Amino acid sequence: MAVTIDDVRHIAALARLGLTDERAASLVNEMNSILGHMDVLSKADTSGVQEAIGVGAGGLPVRDDGGQPIPLARSLDAFAPALKDGFFIVPRLSTHETPGES
Amino acid sequence: MSAPGERAPLDTGRAAAIRAATAAGATSAETTVKQALSRAREVKAGRDGLNIFVSLDGEYLKEHAATAAQQLTDTEPGLLLGVPVAIKDNIATLHHPTTCGSRILAGYVSPYAATVVSKLCDAGAVPFGKTNMDEFAMGSSTENSAYGPTRNPVAPDRVPGGSSGGSAAAVAAGIVSVALGSETGGSVRQPASFCGIVGVKPTYGRVSRFGLVAFASSLDHVGVFGAQVDDAARGLRAIAGHDPLDSTSTSIPVGEYHLAHARPVKGMVVGRPREYFPDSLDPAVRARCDAAFEHMRELGMQVRDVSLPHTALAIPVYYIVAPAEASSNLARFDGARYGLRVAGAGLTGMYEATRSQGFGAEVTRRIMLGTYVLSAGYYDAYYRKAQRVRTLIADDFSRVFQSGVDVLFTPTTPTPAFALGAISDPYEMYLSDIFTVTANLAGIPAMSQPIGRVGGLPIGGQLMAAHFEEMKMFSVAYALERALGAGASS
Amino acid sequence: MSPRADTSLESQWEMVVGLEVHVQLRTRSKAFCACSAEYGAHPNVNTCPVCLALPGALPVLNGRAVALATRAALALNCTVHPVSVFARKNYFYPDLPKGYQISQFDRPLATAGFVDIGHRAEGSPIRVGVTRVHMEEDAGKSVHDRYEGATAIDLNRAGVPLIEIVSEPDMRSADEAGAYLRVVKQILEYLEVSDVSMEEGSLRVDANVSARRRGETTLGTKTEVKNMNSFSGVERALAVEFARQVGVLSAGGVVRQQTMLWDGAAGEVRPSRTKEGSHDYRYFPEPDLPPLVLELEWIDQMRHDLPELPSARRARFVSEYALGAYDVDVLTASPRIAEYYESVARTHGDAKVAANWVMGEVLAQLRATGGDVATFRVRPRDLAQLLDLVRDGIVSHTAAKQVFATMVVTGEQPAQIAERDGLVKVDDDAQLAAWLDDVMSELPTETARWRSGEKKLQGVLIGAVMKKSNGRADPRKLGQLLAARLVS
Ligand SMILES: [Mg+2]
Ligand SMILES: [Zn+2]
Repeated sequence: MAVTIDDVRHIAALARLGLTDERAASLVNEMNSILGHMDVLSKADTSGVQEAIGVGAGGLPVRDDGGQPIPLARSLDAFAPALKDGFFIVPRLSTHETPGES
Repeated sequence: MSAPGERAPLDTGRAAAIRAATAAGATSAETTVKQALSRAREVKAGRDGLNIFVSLDGEYLKEHAATAAQQLTDTEPGLLLGVPVAIKDNIATLHHPTTCGSRILAGYVSPYAATVVSKLCDAGAVPFGKTNMDEFAMGSSTENSAYGPTRNPVAPDRVPGGSSGGSAAAVAAGIVSVALGSETGGSVRQPASFCGIVGVKPTYGRVSRFGLVAFASSLDHVGVFGAQVDDAARGLRAIAGHDPLDSTSTSIPVGEYHLAHARPVKGMVVGRPREYFPDSLDPAVRARCDAAFEHMRELGMQVRDVSLPHTALAIPVYYIVAPAEASSNLARFDGARYGLRVAGAGLTGMYEATRSQGFGAEVTRRIMLGTYVLSAGYYDAYYRKAQRVRTLIADDFSRVFQSGVDVLFTPTTPTPAFALGAISDPYEMYLSDIFTVTANLAGIPAMSQPIGRVGGLPIGGQLMAAHFEEMKMFSVAYALERALGAGASS
Repeated sequence: MSPRADTSLESQWEMVVGLEVHVQLRTRSKAFCACSAEYGAHPNVNTCPVCLALPGALPVLNGRAVALATRAALALNCTVHPVSVFARKNYFYPDLPKGYQISQFDRPLATAGFVDIGHRAEGSPIRVGVTRVHMEEDAGKSVHDRYEGATAIDLNRAGVPLIEIVSEPDMRSADEAGAYLRVVKQILEYLEVSDVSMEEGSLRVDANVSARRRGETTLGTKTEVKNMNSFSGVERALAVEFARQVGVLSAGGVVRQQTMLWDGAAGEVRPSRTKEGSHDYRYFPEPDLPPLVLELEWIDQMRHDLPELPSARRARFVSEYALGAYDVDVLTASPRIAEYYESVARTHGDAKVAANWVMGEVLAQLRATGGDVATFRVRPRDLAQLLDLVRDGIVSHTAAKQVFATMVVTGEQPAQIAERDGLVKVDDDAQLAAWLDDVMSELPTETARWRSGEKKLQGVLIGAVMKKSNGRADPRKLGQLLAARLVS
């Protein structure tokens, strides 16, 4: 299952990482090298073995409805890159700017 | 001015001594904080020296220390009364920024504090600045920080280990006696080993993760560094306990870890897992471990050879599970609500510009790996398979502990601290966690304590115990520390 | 092209529909934090470190949301699983602050239920399978038209608890889809688990629809139709999309698997611009939340505590109150109306009279004012008392309507109103005779025609007396008096 440059481009798009061509090419090698070390797992016999989920915990605790929200010591404008009338402002979604783009 | 490596251990630098002196009025939190600040200057903890702190607001700390001490005058002295505690930069604090060693959070000040920080304050401690780290805790050397590498106070040409290298260095340099770190695969124990101090990671769920910026949620732990076992025990006692804000935290009662020194170890069984002592192990490291085993025999403990057969699979499992969870946990850093925003073409362009400029190379690599192993068509072969093998690794430990073994003892790291820049291959770097990742995968408590030097550099011995058996682990650690005496640091 | 114009469509092609219904649970706080789940606050006021996805924040599940979801699943005849698992559904969108939605995926809360929605024309019952009911959190709101070139994000809704109810592709027409939605909505109303309002967004519907030639047993390629904001919108959208697919298929084309957006104003469906295949949600178990474990005893208790559901209530109203099918449907349409009716019927005693009043006066009043029965000023006990007054001959039916009109405004007791406003029935012969004399002298022509045998004019004379008496005259007694005058 060798990782190709197309895979790297696809994965980077999923992860919203902008990569230069050089970095993308280098990641093909890095990922193949690292994933090569993972192949040993395919040889482990895991028939009938449960996946580890909820490690070290006994069931899911639930809270009562309501109660006090965790307070914010500072208002949103102390950390938001762009805030207007209480809204977070981001560049318009591409589906709402250029038809045909994703 | 003494060179960092030649620092004489100061008894008054220990948490218990500071607490006693503060409670008795012989010193004040303010005075202690001033001493810590001057020690930081003395060892050149700043950017031009060891580069231990990402942020350290001395003026604020002096002021804040006085108030912290005042709050506790009419109550039973807190376990860490007047004790400055350095905090890794991925733990949310209200005053100092919380940047996770990343550009993407440069200048970000959390509007809420982590549960562990509130608990430190409740115990009378003074949160003391934020320490450098590998970006988002991804690394084993503290070289992957957007704010430059931290140097090992014992040998400044060496790395302090990582990812909690700044916190380890703050303790090793004698600035503080207690520091908080975090672990996903050994990021407290490995730097403790490299810096010649004590580092402990409790059972998963023992300490709240609320306010610890997530790397890999099922593997993340808050851990504690101490100059000595007692410092780590007190630190852990102060921050442990159930937190309703963390659904994976447990309500099992917390032990009095700092009282474990009084518990007998005679008759306890210490396991020696053969997979942690391969033929290729550095003979000097093996010799230090053998000496420790000899001490434990002399303490009346029984040493038993055991096997944890799936150990060799731990690194591959870890480097699938951790990046997978990280790829999801780091999705929130998108430039929309906080942190760095870099403009690009439209929304997608903003996302991509922000994240590619905000994250460093190792973080990018792991997000890529994690996204890949979770993506359609690869999930079963990688993620699902890894989570199954993870069960086998945890079962190895359960079997051994159920067979009557109380604690396991191994080297913490295969080698002492390596030189800055010495390891450039990512996978070779990953292998420095080879003896520590298993405890994170299984969720069991583990700690590292100094067991001597190899080639003049500290090396740590690792104790591991069954889930929630921190008391057993600390009782052995206290006894071994006493038995080793000065041998622990020579 | 009008979707229903070509009736041959229906004869040759069959529609196959499955529905995904998202329902906002009626909780005070959000699913994973204590922020208020209330609708309509200023932007980002109901937010905290958890729902803003600040670094280091962690989710903690709302137990009330679990109880409501379980109640809904049980009422939809599902098997509720003792262990279910929350997962992360990963995708980037600015109103999804964590970059993932916490949702149940391969181990949902409940599976394998069904809903009975009526009968097909040939008489066979229609049972729609419920594939699964799972819990998840809502996203925030993106506002695209408020600022030039920018999208505004409001996270008040982010993290509000939802259930997603996924049906089997068991519906065969737009009407059946509509019927399914109405039945499900009614069940959820009875359970009081949600406000189930499509207008306010507490109920949202996505439809999967495909077409196949009648007689075929395999499914055709389906499209997903989104963006409907009413049940009738769903029905129209399905009809339009079905017609489109049949058009493609009959021309020898193939239907592309894609998402279609309904434009209600234009009455059209359009392909969404989302790139197909770009969705790879990379689901994996949410490591911040251990598996949800429900005790079997607790599930049994929840089942035991379910309120009477619409179908059971309809059956009971038929047997207990001897009402006709139409009356029962009207009276059980909403659980509150049904409870209101039942209270009136039980207190008053005559179920049929109570039904006529509730279906007539009460519903007309509520419809006219847009009011809610919960805040309706005429309480069931008072209405029953009014009906008692009519039955006991203390007020006439006509006067009762006047009393009722006052009760609607003031909320006073009916007896008090009747007394004060002089609406108590008059059956005193002398008074009635006096009114009758007055009317006969005022209406000489009508009186003469009546005397000459035009029976229908008796109604005119009685009506005039009723008017003169302000509705107080006893019409039965008046009839007797008139009859006596004719004889004499
Ligand atoms: Mg959904
Ligand atoms: Zn919130």
